[in-house]
Amino acid sequence: MPADAVPSSAGGPPAVELRGITKRFPGVVANHDVFLSVSGGTIHAIVGENGAGKSTLMKILYGMQRPDDGEIFIGGSPITIHSPQQAIRAGIGMVHQHFMLADNFTVLENVVLGAEDEAGIGAGARKKIQQLSSQYGLGVDPDELMEDLGVGDRQRVEILKVLYRGAKIVILDEPTAVLVPQEVDELFGNLRELTREGLTVIFISHKLDEVLSVADAITVIRRGTTVATVDPKSVTARDLATLMVGSELPSPEARESTVTDIPVLTINGLTVSTPAGRALVDDVSFTIHKGEVVGIAGVEGNGQAELVEAIMGTRAARGSVQLDGNAIGGWGTRQRREAGVGYIPEDRQRHGLLLDAPLWENRMLGHQTEPPNAKGPLLDIAGARRDTEQIVAQYDVRTPSIDVTAGALSGGNQQKLIVGREMSHIPKVLIAAHPTRGVDVGAQAAIWEHIREARRAGMGVLLISADLDELIGLSDSLKVIYRGRLVADADPDTVTPEELGLAMTGAAAGSSREESA
Amino acid sequence: MKRWDLRRVLPMIIAPIAALVLAALVSSAALLISGKDPLEAFSAMFDYAFGPNSGPDVTTEILNKATPYYLAALAVAIGFRMGLFNIGVDGQSRLGILAAGALGAASFLGVVPGPLRVVIMIIVAMAVGAAWAAVAALLKVYRGVSEVISTIMLNFIGGAIFAYLLTTERLGVKAVGGEIVSTPLLKSDSWIPGMSLFAGTANKMFGFAFVAIACGIAYWFLVGRTRFGFDLRATGLNPSAAVASGVSPKRMVIATMLLSGGVAGLVALPEVLGRDHAVTTSTPALGFTGIAIALLGRNNPVGIALAALLWAFLDVSNLPLDLLDIPKEIVTIMQGVTVLAVVVAYELAARVGRRQQQRSVGAATGEAAIVTLGIPAAIAAKLGVEAVSAPVEPPDSTAPTDPTVPGKHREEQS
Repeated sequence: MPADAVPSSAGGPPAVELRGITKRFPGVVANHDVFLSVSGGTIHAIVGENGAGKSTLMKILYGMQRPDDGEIFIGGSPITIHSPQQAIRAGIGMVHQHFMLADNFTVLENVVLGAEDEAGIGAGARKKIQQLSSQYGLGVDPDELMEDLGVGDRQRVEILKVLYRGAKIVILDEPTAVLVPQEVDELFGNLRELTREGLTVIFISHKLDEVLSVADAITVIRRGTTVATVDPKSVTARDLATLMVGSELPSPEARESTVTDIPVLTINGLTVSTPAGRALVDDVSFTIHKGEVVGIAGVEGNGQAELVEAIMGTRAARGSVQLDGNAIGGWGTRQRREAGVGYIPEDRQRHGLLLDAPLWENRMLGHQTEPPNAKGPLLDIAGARRDTEQIVAQYDVRTPSIDVTAGALSGGNQQKLIVGREMSHIPKVLIAAHPTRGVDVGAQAAIWEHIREARRAGMGVLLISADLDELIGLSDSLKVIYRGRLVADADPDTVTPEELGLAMTGAAAGSSREESA
Repeated sequence: MKRWDLRRVLPMIIAPIAALVLAALVSSAALLISGKDPLEAFSAMFDYAFGPNSGPDVTTEILNKATPYYLAALAVAIGFRMGLFNIGVDGQSRLGILAAGALGAASFLGVVPGPLRVVIMIIVAMAVGAAWAAVAALLKVYRGVSEVISTIMLNFIGGAIFAYLLTTERLGVKAVGGEIVSTPLLKSDSWIPGMSLFAGTANKMFGFAFVAIACGIAYWFLVGRTRFGFDLRATGLNPSAAVASGVSPKRMVIATMLLSGGVAGLVALPEVLGRDHAVTTSTPALGFTGIAIALLGRNNPVGIALAALLWAFLDVSNLPLDLLDIPKEIVTIMQGVTVLAVVVAYELAARVGRRQQQRSVGAATGEAAIVTLGIPAAIAAKLGVEAVSAPVEPPDSTAPTDPTVPGKHREEQS
């Protein structure tokens, strides 16, 4: 890369500088004493665990939150940013983790939406988009319909939206969370292109390998404050992790096999269709044995959520589901749960918790008909409270009491409560969708350990995860789902994340079911 | 933190009081604008309701007014707790009371002993109210019709049926010399006797008030202590989580609507059994009052009781205002402002409560965070960085980023 294309920052002021930023929130990890200096024309990564305060910091920079203390400098001059509009005027753009795009609009319409003043909504805008697209090598066609675009393309549209509004500093919040490894490489190519053209990129992530491969500088945030800024050349992923958590990185390895040949959950020809007849889950069959963890890999939105809902009985499906010899396909959700199907839902706040209810009521949820929560048709409040105390202690749920509402806990502690609740009913099979998503490293290790322990005791697990390391590390067998079909099997002992990522893009579809080895 | 944490409960108590104060201020302002003395108005109302002259009479009247209010609000609250809006208490109560009144006075039931006839009337009123609510429930479950729309429309249909049936050609009779059409008078053995509460008045409190109290206790028990109640609340708090927990939403909608409609059927019984002894065209339908009172009482059985009493007080005690040449409508303003303000105040209180909780969780769990803040010295030394646990200068000095190659990205590191 030609160094002369980059405006030198050695002499000039940093593109972005934060001095002593402090933001107080009740209860959650806030930012305090954050110092950050981003040189112009570089990719600056900000890493930290979930909940360390990365996103809050970026929201402050983007004007969505106001700091209680501290100063922000853009290009050397102090600035106060009270709204995203002001941030955009100051040349700061943000690409959010969740895309904010209208599916039924074209790329052009999405880009100009809200920025009609820049270059109109017609030919001028189209020309500007094409020019930006070729200048930064984004390869975006302004007239394509958004719903026809893949995830990687959508992300490029989001980046283009930001550039269109004149951003010189682009913040990307966990941009790789939704991408497969191949798309990640493409994204990194795009980011380098941006910096080559003199833009500054701030890249938020907790994926250390990615950060090490793309960033020019890395700032580590822990517990809301900047702990260190390091040169990626001089550190390893393990060093970074240690900085992030202050302890060794756990690994999800589950090597000693506990797989038996007693099937506990057998799925046969399971099919879920939209009302229009499109198959979301297409003829899926597999068997989980006692003591076995079956992992399902796939890019989100390929039918995993529907598969889980079909197994839980919250979504109508064809095909057979057998639990421990009983055909449960016609059963309701409650009957299935009572029969021993544990459930860690993908979105804990939407499907797993009553945020405004105290912890002990949340402990009942999903098991409100079973002891210790109920006696006959009545609730056993004393029993549930006692058991909640025990779960809180055993699963290390950090809370001052079981009477606080679930919404007051951090995500990791909410998840520990859910895991504890499901495990304490000793399920025959656990349906675990993203069991450690948004959970800090310490809690992640604890959850893995609980799953492993239950597996040793003979529980079968269906593990759905976007974290390929987690999948490979925990699973006894792996299946790849693509467009609702299981397209490949993989052996977790030999498969690499790259191979798995390739299979997830559908590369193996139709060719071979022998993806690994 | 205790089960009944004061910091959590206090905002919930302050909220309605603040709303009431605001309502009083707004109506005072309205009075001042029209040149009246608000203090005079309020003191006249209080004096009328609780003063030595009219107090015993009027207080009893307030209690009697509050009883049907309470039942109407309970009916609404049952739905509210699971996020279901039964706007149809009006129609459900009208049809319920008409069926009960007509049956209770029917000659073929004359042989049945009075108390048993009362029980039959109660059951019939509930059954008919529930059946009318079931129409909306079935429409929602099988056709996806919003219960808000369907219950409002069913109010009109129910009102029309009520008017059609309560004519002299059908269920109604006209008293000799009178103009009022009503169902035939109940035999006196099926009147529920009242209770004298205060000396100095012939007014008696409706005996049916005890049924209303029993309904309140049953509501509390059902919602708070049974599995069904848990399903109900879970659905209200988070419908999708409730479904994932095994609640059948269809069954839940039907059961809740039936219960709500059943209680709605009781609304007019206190007056019919305790005072009027017949169903007249002026038998009140209190659906919308019930909604306001349920909101004000926070769907809580005790809160609703207090709200019903307040509402009844405002409705009854405005009588002397006319004598002072103060427009009665000031009370309507006050009721309206109270409901609006209370909704806002409860939301604020909930937020304050939530913040308090987060703070207490933060305080209890944040301690460890500070201890582990600094980087272990060994790691810091190895990496050649300074721990910035107490930074006093920008981290430029701690940033070993090579400034000579700012734009250069790193090659892939294995």
